[in-house]
Amino acid sequence: MTIDKPVNGAASGGAGASPPGAHGGGDRGTPPPGSASPIEFRLDHASGVPTYLQLVQQVEHALRLGYLTPGDQLPKVRDVVASLAINPNTVLKAYRELDTKGLAAGRPGQGTFVRATLSQVALPELAGLRRSLLGWLADADAAGLDGDGIVAVFASVLREFRDRRGGSGDRRGAAGGETKGVA
Amino acid sequence: MNVIEASGLGKRYGSTWALRECTLAIPAGHVAALVGPNGAGKTTLLNLAVGLAAPTAGSVTVLGGRPAGSPAALDGIAFVAQDAPLYKNLSAADMLHLTRNLNRRFDQRYAQARLGELGVPLKQKAGQLSGGQQAQLALTLALARRPRLLVLDEPMAMLDPLARHDFMATVMAAVAGDGVSVVLSSHVLAELERVADYLILLSRGSVQVAGEVDDLLACHRVLTGPAAEAARCAERLCVVHARRGGAQAHLLVRTNGTTDPVPSRWEAHPVSLEELTLAYLREPGAAALPGPARAGDAKPAEVN
Repeated sequence: MTIDKPVNGAASGGAGASPPGAHGGGDRGTPPPGSASPIEFRLDHASGVPTYLQLVQQVEHALRLGYLTPGDQLPKVRDVVASLAINPNTVLKAYRELDTKGLAAGRPGQGTFVRATLSQVALPELAGLRRSLLGWLADADAAGLDGDGIVAVFASVLREFRDRRGGSGDRRGAAGGETKGVA
Repeated sequence: MNVIEASGLGKRYGSTWALRECTLAIPAGHVAALVGPNGAGKTTLLNLAVGLAAPTAGSVTVLGGRPAGSPAALDGIAFVAQDAPLYKNLSAADMLHLTRNLNRRFDQRYAQARLGELGVPLKQKAGQLSGGQQAQLALTLALARRPRLLVLDEPMAMLDPLARHDFMATVMAAVAGDGVSVVLSSHVLAELERVADYLILLSRGSVQVAGEVDDLLACHRVLTGPAAEAARCAERLCVVHARRGGAQAHLLVRTNGTTDPVPSRWEAHPVSLEELTLAYLREPGAAALPGPARAGDAKPAEVN
């Protein structure tokens, strides 16, 4: 999949007023009617991860992959509640957590908006990194590694790399787990 | 404000106490789940709170001290009893008309819009609607009264998974939109985990566990370790429920704080609401009741 989200500084004017297609582009399609946010939450009831944390992680994941950029609106509490049938306090807790992390902030009467990004590199650079990773994956595949093996090698090399740098890796990444980066 | 407050509340039917010595306070702004085995007194408690039954002993007030069943109390409460009570021979439209005329406040536009969204055919007799549609119709009629407290007795018992989801989505949207407080009784523990942020566990007619779900989960954990040491461990810890195999044991313990040390050779795991509830249901003798936030608490809890 390609990440060609247009930089969307104008969205801060209120996502409800943005012209159709302002969030468009790429494979994300048109957002469903009534939804002003580029993302939709889902829940994995079997994961054992608390619901609010699943929401936090999905926002972080979307930020890392560029689905969300500063100025974007997060799904409205009311919409999340109506689509997932969960307690609104759970959504509020997740949004508070994102606020504490400096990733999102509420605007009275409007909703919650993305304030920072987690993708540490610009999109063209990210595309280049993905390409070079694809090259490595082809080598690994040719050598006979399956998906689990590839993830294991990647995770272990990443750990080694971070250890060698003295553990100064990204601290936010800790919540996401090792396999998130290769999704 | 407490949406339901009971003090020494009891109800006797003939020679049987359905509820006794029940003292609890459910703060506003929550979705409170009332859980307990069959015959624990859940329905009795709810009936007393909404004024459908009169207490044999003690007292119960709602919405910040209004006596249960008084006009002031009834004005702010909507109640959906078990099995979606509707006049089965009336059409959905007639049910709307009837409810509107029987209530001082009724939001006709909300009710019609909601039923339209749900695709409930207004001309059909209520008894011929699907189980999910009947439940939604009863819920919509209740919410259209714009209550401050919504009381639901076993709302999901008869519903299929999709209907349950849609039903709870309607309830949760009302919570998000209007700040309505909810008290619901249910057996479906997995479902409650998503919606409830306050838990009351009733057992044999009295309150066994009460508190905010986050607090309850934070002060309980499961310790897994060698079965041979379980008994010694249990002496020093507050064990709610223990499961022992030949070599390994799981102890669900109540801790006083998050900093309690884990005994060496034991592993600590967080508990889920379902696990916690089951443990207490299996051990009717154990209790977890909050010190503060009991009846008559002075906290001006501004939860909304």
